[in-house]
Amino acid sequence: MQWLRRNLVVIAGLCTLAYLILPNVVVTVFSFNNPTGRFNYAWQEFSLDAWKDPCGVADLCGSLALSLQIALWATIGATVLGAMIAFALVRYRFRARGAVNSLIFLPMAMPEIVMAASLLALFLNMGVQLGFWTILIAHVMFCLSFVVAAVKARVLSMDPRLEEAARDLYAGPVQTFLRVTLPIAAPGIAAGALLSFALSFDDFIITNFNSGNTVTFPMFVWGSAQRGTPVQINVIGTAMFVIAVLVVVVGQMVGTRRKKAQHK
Amino acid sequence: MSATAAPPQAPAPAEPPVHRPALRKKLVPYWLLLPGIVWLLVFFVLPMAYQASTSVQTGSLEEGFQVTWHFRTYWDALTEYYPQFLRSLLYAGTATALCLLLGYPLAYLIAFKAGRWRNLLLVLVIAPFFTSFLIRTLAWKTILADGGPVVGALNTIGFLDVTSWLGMTEGDRVLATPLAVVCGLTYNFLPFMILPLYTSLERIDTRLHEAAGDLYATPATTFRKVTFPLSMPGVVSGTLLTFIPASGDYVNAELLGSTDTRMIGNVIQSQYLRILDYPTAAALSFILMAVVLVMVTIYIRRAGTEDLV
Amino acid sequence: MTDNTAGGDVRLAGISKHYGTFTAVHPLDLTIPQGSFFALLGASGCGKTTTLRMIAGLEEPSTGTVSLGDRDVTQLPPYKRPVNTVFQSYALFPHMDIFENIAFGLRRRGIKSVKKQVDEMIELVQLGEHTRKKPHQLSGGQQQRVAVARALINHPQVLLLDEPLGALDLKLRRQMQLELKRIQTEVGITFVHVTHDQEEAMTMADTVAVMNAGRVEQLGAPAELYENPRTTFVANFLGTSNLIEASVESAGDDVVVSAAGTALRLPAARCSTTPRSGGKLLVGVRPEKISLVPAEEEHTVGAGRNKITGTIADSSFIGVSTQFVVDSAVCPELEVYVQNIERDARLVPGARVVLHWNPEHTFGLDAAQDIDAGVETVEESA
Repeated sequence: MQWLRRNLVVIAGLCTLAYLILPNVVVTVFSFNNPTGRFNYAWQEFSLDAWKDPCGVADLCGSLALSLQIALWATIGATVLGAMIAFALVRYRFRARGAVNSLIFLPMAMPEIVMAASLLALFLNMGVQLGFWTILIAHVMFCLSFVVAAVKARVLSMDPRLEEAARDLYAGPVQTFLRVTLPIAAPGIAAGALLSFALSFDDFIITNFNSGNTVTFPMFVWGSAQRGTPVQINVIGTAMFVIAVLVVVVGQMVGTRRKKAQHK
Repeated sequence: MSATAAPPQAPAPAEPPVHRPALRKKLVPYWLLLPGIVWLLVFFVLPMAYQASTSVQTGSLEEGFQVTWHFRTYWDALTEYYPQFLRSLLYAGTATALCLLLGYPLAYLIAFKAGRWRNLLLVLVIAPFFTSFLIRTLAWKTILADGGPVVGALNTIGFLDVTSWLGMTEGDRVLATPLAVVCGLTYNFLPFMILPLYTSLERIDTRLHEAAGDLYATPATTFRKVTFPLSMPGVVSGTLLTFIPASGDYVNAELLGSTDTRMIGNVIQSQYLRILDYPTAAALSFILMAVVLVMVTIYIRRAGTEDLV
Repeated sequence: MTDNTAGGDVRLAGISKHYGTFTAVHPLDLTIPQGSFFALLGASGCGKTTTLRMIAGLEEPSTGTVSLGDRDVTQLPPYKRPVNTVFQSYALFPHMDIFENIAFGLRRRGIKSVKKQVDEMIELVQLGEHTRKKPHQLSGGQQQRVAVARALINHPQVLLLDEPLGALDLKLRRQMQLELKRIQTEVGITFVHVTHDQEEAMTMADTVAVMNAGRVEQLGAPAELYENPRTTFVANFLGTSNLIEASVESAGDDVVVSAAGTALRLPAARCSTTPRSGGKLLVGVRPEKISLVPAEEEHTVGAGRNKITGTIADSSFIGVSTQFVVDSAVCPELEVYVQNIERDARLVPGARVVLHWNPEHTFGLDAAQDIDAGVETVEESA
């Protein structure tokens, strides 16, 4: 009983973790299923078929490639624009600072569906063809604020004297930025970019409104929830999960090894 | 010694030149802001204006829509869809409270008790993001399937009796009930609660816990008087990051619910994309935006934190 | 940029800095001779760092000019000035190792083969085995040396040091003070050193400028400032002074003043204002100049010395000396430092005592000033 009381937080925390991980376990297990009907919701028998042929469903891998492509461009766009805004906000004093801050904050304080619907209103009114470009525009728009927040936090914690030291040591404005500001702000920029990529790749609501007939990976999954879910969806979901964990773990290992090498 | 100090009151000899920073330098921040801000103005603010105008238009798809300042649409939309509005706020509120309740112990565990497992646990919280959330939401269909082990267990311990008394489930079904939708919402937005909580907990100096203990506070009092108040910034941003998207969500209600669990997001989505009644859809999303913004503003005022970005 | 043989005086002419309505530095004229070790001393917020930053070019003066030798550099950005800075808390680039930090300035000026110079510099500051470490892997004192090396390698005409020792503990500070002094003598570059630590300023600098509220209060060699403060601020900020309010009885080469019926004498040459008969004067004497005897031995005190009788209120033993606080009708809380040569057991709190000192050691200040100026600021930064 005493033990239980002392470890209550740990037990509760692990329960939450189980709740978070359970769906991923199910997704992985069911990627080896061989369902009888159109839907992959009930366990039948073990099979490797889907893993042997992940692109075996029409349009699935096309939609995946499209999503990756959009996420890449949206990340580049949002990161460049967002980092510029973050630098301006932290490093300069100017009028309309408050207004700019609110404008950055608003997209994060608004349900996605409101932005999705209003963008659609704009595109419809302007007679813009919905598709790749409208999705990309929308993704850059909603990723922007997150990049600003991430980069701003990093630049704020950076000692402004470092830039002064660079200027004092004969580095002009461009050199100072490239040699000192940018490398030190890099982790913040990387965090913003990573977040953008994840948000864009996984976005459904805004894409649902503004994609027209273009099918991204989440759109494909959404459609299949109505028509029938192929096992290949689970295969791709599992693969993404494993790749993400591997990237993080390998990154960590390289990091610690490098640190150890430095200390020698 | 050739050094001399100016006598304090002496008039400056021959008015020294006054320097002003160059105009070019003053313009730098505006150039940095320009592209991003223009992007937001054109694709965030302008659409709001279009939506505002759409909401007061009348007409039909065939004949086109005209601005007729038809404010009645707002009233009609509200009277027709207020159950969905209330349901959205209720579900989102419940999910937020559950997220806080479930997320806090895990955030606390990662911040203070995990030791060398800290990074692994963080990865486990974040990694599910990379499996499309739609796929993970669909997995709940399997987990909560009728007659499955989870539902069976919940039934055995009498959990479903409680929830059905609360009106959240019916009989021994979980799927297609409010409970399933709230469960999905909670699951989907839990990481958005845990990460800010973790960030603010991690900043707390553990010596504060020792100091509180040294000053006769029991662990429970320490939590109430020291840890929780210091984690308030995380609590505030976590609840906002959970409540705001949850209130406008329609994916969980669509995939895990039934026609009786439709949220306002479902209505807006079908008005825009299926029924093509643009004015009503625009009015509804404006009302949603107003409600959320008002609630968020009041909440931030009362919680007393303004540095969210 | 490496030319430090030409007339390298730093000249500030009418230089000032305003932030909105706040004036950080009032118009200031200052010449710092080439090759000197110059200290700007003052409490935080007195304008000393702003002055330094204007010399570095990191702050644009609101009025006035900065010249190096005959060259007006007011409009030059910091990266074009032959001036380098050792920053407060060092500002070492965290993403570069020690070698790259030190080589930074050379590389920016397009010098290709930096290895030899950097190695020499690392030798000078004795950091041989740390070349490839990152700044956060070094101790405070080592980081400080990197900061000095990173600036000095450029052979600037002037080296600016902004509270360079502020982050170090007392022992290391003393050690680094000597080391900086050694380096300065070795390289012969003009050092301008900003500090709030009066002891540091006095040990290291040839010339000290005491700043207060955006103005230079007094400027001179450390001993000169200490012995002949011209304002109450300097008297209180540099060490401790006993300041006694007195009225002038007779003025001449020898001034006679009286406070609470006690007559005191001081040379007119040591008054910062011309004393007038019947006027007021602040009479000052440093605690270590005063001797202390029990009241019953008053007869042993030589004639012609200034004498005050009082009661010991407090005494604290600090090793080399004992510090007494003596209350008297002339002035409450007079401070007296007595060397612990032969400790007199009769000098305990409550004892009646006679304080006496050589009139030559007395200075006079304008009585129209705040008698406590500079007192609190010392306590704050200590």
